[in-house]
Amino acid sequence: MLIDVENLMRSHRLPHIWCPGCGNGIIMKAILEGIRESNLDLDKTVIVSGIGCSSRATGYLNFDTIHTTHGRAIAFATGVKLAKPELNVFVITGDGDGAAIGGNHLIHAARRNIDLNVILFNNNIYGMTGGQYSPLTPHGKFATTSPYGNMERSFDICNLVQAAGATYVARGTAFHTKMLIDLIKNAISNKGFSFVEAVTMCPISYGRRNKMGNAPDMLKWQRDNAVNVKAAQKMEPEKLAGKIIIGELHKETAPEYTELYEQLIARFRKGAEGDGQ
Amino acid sequence: MRKAQLLQGNQACAMAAIDAGVRFYAGYPITPSTEIAEFMAENLPKVGGKFIQMEDEIAGMAAILGAALTGVKAITATSGPGFSLKQENIGFAAMTEIPCVIVNVQRLGPSTGGPTAPAQGDVMQARWGTHGDHPVIALSPASVLESYDITVQAINFSEKFRVPVIVLLDEVIGHMREKVILPSPEELTLIERKRTNLPPAEYKPYEADSTRIPAIADFGTGYRWHVTGLFHDENGNPSGKADTIHKQATRLLTKLDPYLEEITLYKSYCTEDADYLLISFGCTARSAAEAVDMARSKGYKVGLLQLQTIWPFPEQLVKEFCTGKKAVIVPELNAGQLRGEVQKVITNQTLSGVNKINGDLITPEEIVMKIKEVAGQC
Repeated sequence: MLIDVENLMRSHRLPHIWCPGCGNGIIMKAILEGIRESNLDLDKTVIVSGIGCSSRATGYLNFDTIHTTHGRAIAFATGVKLAKPELNVFVITGDGDGAAIGGNHLIHAARRNIDLNVILFNNNIYGMTGGQYSPLTPHGKFATTSPYGNMERSFDICNLVQAAGATYVARGTAFHTKMLIDLIKNAISNKGFSFVEAVTMCPISYGRRNKMGNAPDMLKWQRDNAVNVKAAQKMEPEKLAGKIIIGELHKETAPEYTELYEQLIARFRKGAEGDGQ
Repeated sequence: MRKAQLLQGNQACAMAAIDAGVRFYAGYPITPSTEIAEFMAENLPKVGGKFIQMEDEIAGMAAILGAALTGVKAITATSGPGFSLKQENIGFAAMTEIPCVIVNVQRLGPSTGGPTAPAQGDVMQARWGTHGDHPVIALSPASVLESYDITVQAINFSEKFRVPVIVLLDEVIGHMREKVILPSPEELTLIERKRTNLPPAEYKPYEADSTRIPAIADFGTGYRWHVTGLFHDENGNPSGKADTIHKQATRLLTKLDPYLEEITLYKSYCTEDADYLLISFGCTARSAAEAVDMARSKGYKVGLLQLQTIWPFPEQLVKEFCTGKKAVIVPELNAGQLRGEVQKVITNQTLSGVNKINGDLITPEEIVMKIKEVAGQC
């Protein structure tokens, strides 16, 4: 199967730096499958990441790639997309990178409805710095900086991004790979700000501390706790507590930012032609 | 040549950017730089360029770097606290060698300080605001016309050397209106970044030839290269090996060395027979020029070296101008940031400063008083 996406990778850069059992490779492969199955022009595809475990993926992907400063991937990607709207622009970010330091850029890019495909790898923890709690670490869970259980409440990042104006919002998991690929393909086909939360697992820094077992156990946890959005609509709220609602959560159409800007430029071009006549 | 116009320094700066081919602006409003953003918002779409008001200063800096990688000339403008916020991404630009220009219309600091008060307190921030050792160019104009010319130079330098170039305006020059006659855009000499002509399979994005400046490939043209703020090898791959880091850090730090003379921009006034030399920049250089005339009418032989290039600090030039002078005086609207650099390169001359950090300007009279005081001691 890997052979399908091998030409989309910088294979000479392997092995990757992720820990044994990390789910990031599964998400990365799903992104590549999504790109391949969408028949995107590979030379016109740019992938931008921030800082953190997930964000190291850009180093392995054979596209024009930028590994930026912490939290700023979406802001860099906004510059790429607005400057050259014909490019397909992806953002790879993590829950710390995208929801904490980069949270402001996330909501404003959604508000603009600029045509970016943002895939947020949610492993519920800061992995690269050794396991501190993130805005997506559930309340009560343990991390090196929440040794007595996380005092804070976590974001429902999909709700947040939807409320900010994203026109495509979905959630998948590393276990449900086929669905994740489909969600990424749908995100790609949406003209506007698309957001996919990809639930992944960090057995080393999160799972171990929270007694969730090894990597296969954590995948089973995803399998057993995921509820499809259609089924969730019929369930009582108390039964949904602690569950991961997966699938396409939100879809709408709204004017896309770079198209609006191109129309503005066209207005002046027309004006210039008019003056000449 | 254009017709005579009454223009603000900020407007002249923005006009220069568009004339020099800038087609992307991203930024965040902050006094006293806002007129630059407003001019760009109105005029960039008319020439097919893009303006975006980002959600914060950090995003503004990030967006111009993303845009610049697609091949467009990109600029942002800010002031004091906003400049502080941009620093991490300015470091990223230095590390990844992305051409970009940052205009900092200085205001009184630290912190919120004086939003509309003139100051020249960001000399050191322009050089060392971001972490680590890195190259940077900073230029400072002293008039509305210079604001135009210096901005064109800044864009050319950033394209040619692939470094972030900082235009250190100050509130006075940014907001002052003067009658100017600007050149027509077609009269300008413009520099484009060196683009690779190798096939993608042979392209190494950070392989520099004897010019020390690697050739770039615009994103979206099939080169598929990697940009990272981590230390990296010639292929752009991250590396933690001491040898690779040393090689890259050394090239970055020395990449402007062969071009110092070209980068050093300055003006001099009455320096040839001078016993006393003033060294100044920006709005303070105007008071200093007036002080030269006033002092000379009283019999003191004074000259002025106005630095337009602040960084890399023009050591050789300053040394040459100081040679044979009895004393050197550095008037500046800070507590002595430029004076410290002058101190490093002069030998026998007495060095003193005229400094203010209260939001008032330095007057020519105050500089003349200092000249008299110094002359009495010499």
